[in-house]
Amino acid sequence: MDKALKKILADFTKNEGNIISLLQNIQDAFGYIPEDAVYCFSKELDIPASRFFGIATFYAQFHLSPRGKNIVTTCCGTACHVKGSERLLNGLKTELNLPEGEHTTSDREITIEKVNCVGACSIAPVVIINKKVHGKISADKLMKEIRLLRKQ
Amino acid sequence: MKNKPIIRICMGTGGIAAGGTEVMKAFKKQLKRKGIKADVKKHCLLHKVGCRGLCAKDVLVDIIVNKVKSTYQFIQPDMVQRIVDEHVINNVPVQDWLVTDDYHQFHNKQIKVVLSDCGTIDPEEISSYRAVGGYDALKQVLETGSPGDTIKTLKESGLRGRGGAGFPTGMKWEFCKNQSSPEKYIICNADEGDPGAFMDRSIIEGNPHAVIEGMVIGAYAIGAHKGYVYIRAEYPLAVERLRKALTHARKLKFLGKNILGKKFNFDIKVKLGAGAFVCGEETALIASIEGYRGMPRAKPPFPVYRGLWGNPTVINNVETLANVSYIIRNGAEWFASFGTEKSKGTKVFALTGKIRNSGLIEVPMGISLREIIYDIGGGIDKDVAFKAVQTGGPSGGCIPASLLNINVDYESLAQVGSIVGSGGMVVLDENDCMVNIAKFFLQFTQAESCGKCIPCRIGTKRLLEILERITAGDGRDEDLELLMNLSYDIKASSLCGLGQTAPNPILSTIKYFREEYEAHIKKKKCPAGVCRDLLDYAVLAEFCTGCGACKRVCPAGAVSGERKQVHRIDPELCVKCGACFEACKFKAIGKG
Amino acid sequence: MVNLTIDGITVSVPEGTTILDAARSADISVPTLCHHPKLTPFGGCRLCIVNIKGVPRPVTSCTTPAEDGMEVTTRSSTLERLRRTLVELLLSDHPNDCMVCEQAGNCTLQELAYFYGIRENRFAGERRVYTKTDNNPFLERDMEKCILCGKCVRVCDEIQGVGAVDFTYRGFSAKICPPFEKDLECEFCGQCVTVCPTGALTGKMWRQKGRQQGIRKVHTVCPYCGCGCNLTLHVRDNEVIRVSSREDTINEGWLCPKGSFGYGFIANSDRLTKPLIREKGKLRETTWEKALEYIASNSLKIKENYGPDAIGGLASARCSNEENYVFQKFMRAVIGTNNVDHCARL
Repeated sequence: MDKALKKILADFTKNEGNIISLLQNIQDAFGYIPEDAVYCFSKELDIPASRFFGIATFYAQFHLSPRGKNIVTTCCGTACHVKGSERLLNGLKTELNLPEGEHTTSDREITIEKVNCVGACSIAPVVIINKKVHGKISADKLMKEIRLLRKQ
Repeated sequence: MKNKPIIRICMGTGGIAAGGTEVMKAFKKQLKRKGIKADVKKHCLLHKVGCRGLCAKDVLVDIIVNKVKSTYQFIQPDMVQRIVDEHVINNVPVQDWLVTDDYHQFHNKQIKVVLSDCGTIDPEEISSYRAVGGYDALKQVLETGSPGDTIKTLKESGLRGRGGAGFPTGMKWEFCKNQSSPEKYIICNADEGDPGAFMDRSIIEGNPHAVIEGMVIGAYAIGAHKGYVYIRAEYPLAVERLRKALTHARKLKFLGKNILGKKFNFDIKVKLGAGAFVCGEETALIASIEGYRGMPRAKPPFPVYRGLWGNPTVINNVETLANVSYIIRNGAEWFASFGTEKSKGTKVFALTGKIRNSGLIEVPMGISLREIIYDIGGGIDKDVAFKAVQTGGPSGGCIPASLLNINVDYESLAQVGSIVGSGGMVVLDENDCMVNIAKFFLQFTQAESCGKCIPCRIGTKRLLEILERITAGDGRDEDLELLMNLSYDIKASSLCGLGQTAPNPILSTIKYFREEYEAHIKKKKCPAGVCRDLLDYAVLAEFCTGCGACKRVCPAGAVSGERKQVHRIDPELCVKCGACFEACKFKAIGKG
Repeated sequence: MVNLTIDGITVSVPEGTTILDAARSADISVPTLCHHPKLTPFGGCRLCIVNIKGVPRPVTSCTTPAEDGMEVTTRSSTLERLRRTLVELLLSDHPNDCMVCEQAGNCTLQELAYFYGIRENRFAGERRVYTKTDNNPFLERDMEKCILCGKCVRVCDEIQGVGAVDFTYRGFSAKICPPFEKDLECEFCGQCVTVCPTGALTGKMWRQKGRQQGIRKVHTVCPYCGCGCNLTLHVRDNEVIRVSSREDTINEGWLCPKGSFGYGFIANSDRLTKPLIREKGKLRETTWEKALEYIASNSLKIKENYGPDAIGGLASARCSNEENYVFQKFMRAVIGTNNVDHCARL
């Protein structure tokens, strides 16, 4: 068993974990939920793999495939919606040349995501770039930030 | 230094996004330069505070010199040196940067109970909360009160659940107390998922100990030894501050074994949500804490009888719990003096959207909607007409301008087809399309439906499809009736609150803005100019200066024209993105 | 006991009984799609909603315990309207290809559509489109026909203890499938097929063999092991085309993979239907009388010449307990040897 997996298992036993916390820890360690890790814990804990998969696909936080190096999250809450978040999102897709249904650039540099509301409505529209909240952002400003990411 | 200066920097999520951390650094640097030690016990008290409401003016900074408080707005690091030199050292406030009248106006009609210490205390220092009377209520309850007395006080205060449904808190606690079970739980529901709401986030970021104290008192009242805070992972700062606060509370024996030396054990665990709105529903939340898919379970039995792992469980919202210690400290009568006959106390709202002063407000129940929007919010942020206010998020409805005089309390809002809900208030102006707003909420509920019951899983999908075709110009004559009929059936037959309230945004917009739906369906026009498929963009020749701004932003190359000549939009190429409309400084792009 | 009235009829049931069970005990039928008496109540299909006097909204009778003094209504124009809408919504996301569906005539959804007379659909819209990709040998999973009642998930977890499938994704995209949407990898007991109320789960070998017409149902006992599960063979033109099991039997309607799907041998050309005698290294067909005679006379001869311990008896795990008992008795009392065993120990 992988060292990282062992650590997650130890935490699970110690902190009365459940499948959700386990998956959260797996994602923290790997950036996504690898199939192998699920089967490994399924065997180790004698919990059917179907439970893991059911939970991983239920909660929006979990990702079943690796994501980009940079995560750009557009808030799509009500306040952001009436202040034009949809246009930001469409702008991002165009800027990054993402085909319909794709969220990660082919070079795995940038992944774009939507979030329902980050609760920063008074500075809408909000975009979170690598965990940093950018409030009252315009399409121009956002594209500048994106180009900056690409350069790095 | 007896009256040492106090510097408070707003560092909630909004404050940090506006540069709060950098401002804090700048203050530290400038004070050090002046040889002043910024420390709790030394010459100057410099600390972070949670949200005080008006995030739109962040970074907000309070400077208190000789007990006189001045507040600065829009502070950036390069402004700090002057503030330190002139104000902190020489006590001459920098007039240019002080907050303007609207800041005071924003606060004038508010009454702060839950938020009374948010924005003044340091949320990461328990001593700061203790200094304003924090944990005194817990002491009082443990030393001189009994579970029965505590519940009696809460019942007398008239406090009702602030999460949306408005169930009397004292009664809920009493039901749970009367259950004989060795294991009981108290859960704080901090899974604030309503888009357009951030009350709970701000409370936890600004005063996490008030929530913890409320939980400990609640646990004592119902006889629980374990508690959980179920909080969204999308709120990293709140999670961090909550965890810190729990550690501090444990150290000072407000949590853990033999709390304050009494025979009472209670501790709290933090459970992170994983991104599912439906987990705000209490039975789904329980399923999620237990480690399952957050699919709601049928009620009855209610969680106070059979909740977490089958044991009696009280689930309270963040704001509800944050009220508790203030009620105990100041008495039920004091709390009940605010508000209306049936809705006592105050309520925190997140006032956002097309409003001038958008932010977090706390008002007495029963205040009129007009006062909130015009007196506190300062009206619409641009020179356009107010249209409606959406309250209660995806479960609520839209209240039109004609009803601006109604009182904001549980009963009055329900009467007009909306709800207080968790407290989101999104203001809409004449440029917002109500059909589009209804569609927005349905997109939301449809994506967040857990899929367990048929009416919500398929019904909301069908509602959304009908709205989509209406906004695309394919609406049918019978669609309005179909929308209403299906809405009623979904409300009546859904398993949980999500489905039971999901059609509300549709029903309330049809009720008050029927003509807007009819314009979409019959005339194939969107009066507000929002629905893309019903719009045409054209250059208004008389205003066009030929500056070329529209041509530069057009992603489809649909704009043509020589410099300083009137431009033209090719309707064949136009993708109706609206970029030209936004970019034009001369209002020379018409849409309709 | 609690006493309540359902549609005006006084019903007395033990405490903890659900309203649904109370109603059924009084022969009041309430439609359901997701309920199964042996599985945990789910409350998802909402069809069993009833009104309780004093309760503002309808509740699902399958999840609500009956209480003393309750006044329950199972039928009203509103309840029937809601149920009709629910069925109509289900059908708006269903292939509605009953013409060619294996389960036609044995499908709860089809029956409900019939009773509510749903022909036109007000809600016609996007349908889930899935391709049948599962390459397992036994179960046909047509997820477009799945109504997400969750019976298969519960039976697999609660009765079979396997957990091969679970709910995945959510909302309109919710789907029941094995982990990572792979092929089904389980015991293939077929319990999920048994409880599925639609044509979403069927047997692969059922395909185009016949549905309800011209079927003769033969009740028999499974020959595979000593458990003796009751089987119902669906026979058409003297061919077994499906196997099911009744719930009112010793095995409560549950079967194992052999019972559910292992009926192919019946019509197999390799199957022995007559006894064979090996003569000079070659097998020759004979009659039962002759075969038994042959065994009896030769056994006696061996016993006389070499003693009883020169004979050994091997019974089959497919025989019943009684048969195995008789066999060992025969070996000990008639042959006179303890050399007796059976195949399960091999």
